[in-house]
Amino acid sequence: MSDDYEPQSAVAKWIDKRLPIITLFSGHLMQFPTPKNLNYWWTFGGILTFCLITQIITGLVLAMHYIADANLAFASVEHIMRDVNYGWLLRYIHANGASMFFIAVYLHMARSLFYGSYKEPRELIWIIGVFIFLLMIATAFMGYVLPWGQMSFWGATVITNLFSAIPFFGEAITNWLWGDYSVSGALLTRFFTLHYLMPFLIFGLVILHIWALHVPGNNNPEGIDVVKGQDTVPFHPHYVVKDVLALVVFMIVFAGFVFFSPNILGHSDNYIQANPLQTPEHIVPEWYFLPFYAILRAIPDKLGGVIAMVSAIAILAFIPWLDSSKVRSCKYRPLYRQFYWLLIADFILLGYLGSQSATGIYLILGRLATLYYFLHFILVMPLIGFIEKPKPLPKSISEPVLSKEEQLAKSGQTA
Amino acid sequence: MDTKKDIDTAETKVTRRDFLYLTTGSFTVVGAGALVWPFIAQMNPDASVKALASTEVDLSPIMPGQSITILWRGKPVFVRRRTEEEIAEAQAVEQTDLPDPETDETRVQKPEWLVMVGVCTHLGCIPLGNKGEYNGWFCPCHGSHYDTSGRIRKGPAPKNLEIPSYVFLDDNTIKIG
Repeated sequence: MSDDYEPQSAVAKWIDKRLPIITLFSGHLMQFPTPKNLNYWWTFGGILTFCLITQIITGLVLAMHYIADANLAFASVEHIMRDVNYGWLLRYIHANGASMFFIAVYLHMARSLFYGSYKEPRELIWIIGVFIFLLMIATAFMGYVLPWGQMSFWGATVITNLFSAIPFFGEAITNWLWGDYSVSGALLTRFFTLHYLMPFLIFGLVILHIWALHVPGNNNPEGIDVVKGQDTVPFHPHYVVKDVLALVVFMIVFAGFVFFSPNILGHSDNYIQANPLQTPEHIVPEWYFLPFYAILRAIPDKLGGVIAMVSAIAILAFIPWLDSSKVRSCKYRPLYRQFYWLLIADFILLGYLGSQSATGIYLILGRLATLYYFLHFILVMPLIGFIEKPKPLPKSISEPVLSKEEQLAKSGQTA
Repeated sequence: MDTKKDIDTAETKVTRRDFLYLTTGSFTVVGAGALVWPFIAQMNPDASVKALASTEVDLSPIMPGQSITILWRGKPVFVRRRTEEEIAEAQAVEQTDLPDPETDETRVQKPEWLVMVGVCTHLGCIPLGNKGEYNGWFCPCHGSHYDTSGRIRKGPAPKNLEIPSYVFLDDNTIKIG
């Protein structure tokens, strides 16, 4: 890929000889051989990079005006909203940016699950991705604490209290996390520090993620190995343009939230300053945590609930070995495909249940949905690989396209 | 019919594709600029700073020959009640002797009251009062001498001490800013 690149100008040659950065970027961002059949589900990698950079830049700017102090934090956020030039815009981009980031990452993960992108030889890409997801969760949670509203405070209280479920050391660990005997300003400043740090750790993992991706190259909708040259096109301009088009559409949705309903994804209680003496009546996490929150509440045991919630994320890292099928793409897996959509529906249902109070039918459904979530990974995935008879795989990624064209041509003739 | 149109435009050397490139490029540049601007503008003084941009000062306790320093926009403002001698001295100076020519009359609203920003026009230090070779102010940082009208007379500073905009609300009160 990079071997056919030669710097043209004298300056480029001079630099590239000493630091082959031009060759590196040219090889990986321009000439990189990419399967020619990628669909729009493959554009979320670029979109996620955009989300990360957006969050880092807006976050950096907000940190110039925000004050991490229990007495001043809430007022400083209002100061950003009312006084700072375009502060409202920057904060709304950052707050809605988190939601957009999670929308994109869930779609990105769903893509990988559908097309089997986690399978050999791409296991590490997937595992690094799970770690990125984990860091995203931590970053988003800590960021939500910073405005120091009622939801911030009580969200922080509930989540940090999860650690108190740990046997024997629970209390010591929570006190260590808090730096106090309750959630207080000490927690706020350390969360601010970590919230500032983590996006850069994510950035580092993203580089590893892309590096690992660029060893075997992209998976594709057919899920079969591609022949370089015959089945691939250079990343630029083919996929740069495709990614940009998808990004523009994504940005329109993003801007729609920012300008027309900036608070629809948040909770109005967070515009009330933190009050350690009163818990809001109905406490819910941000929408993107709801499925995991539903799992936490489904288990009628403190430690059990925490273990279930953590396992729900941890189990993702083992998917490459839980799936016993050699066929990657669900296009050729008629049986598993049904269960795939069942999992997606189950996850959405969990999200809905997480937003409802955990009583009556919601609790029963929550338990059933939690049960299926885990059964899918530990039972359905390993078993179906043995039961299922996959459809015949095409010999090349061109075959399905060409045969479709032939059919079209035939039907055109007859008509 | 489209091909015919393309051939026609190709002759004039402006193709449909050129038009698309140009419009896309222009929209991108304008859009990017609009997007970048808030990130730059957020560093400008914000509304809470602008709201504090004027200060009222009570002049009644100041005797002739005394001066006070008040804080306005985070900067010191000297308010000096000048003596008759100081006024006479300031008015007598020849314009040709000044690096930054300005008459004393243009620098004051009432000759008795000299109001100016107490920041040296060299590199921003605060000059000391009743000092220097011209009985005015002297900047300890790099040795600039200002006269009794706050005009630069000697030293590296390029300009006279700045006069803020202010109004007399009544005989004993001014509002700066």
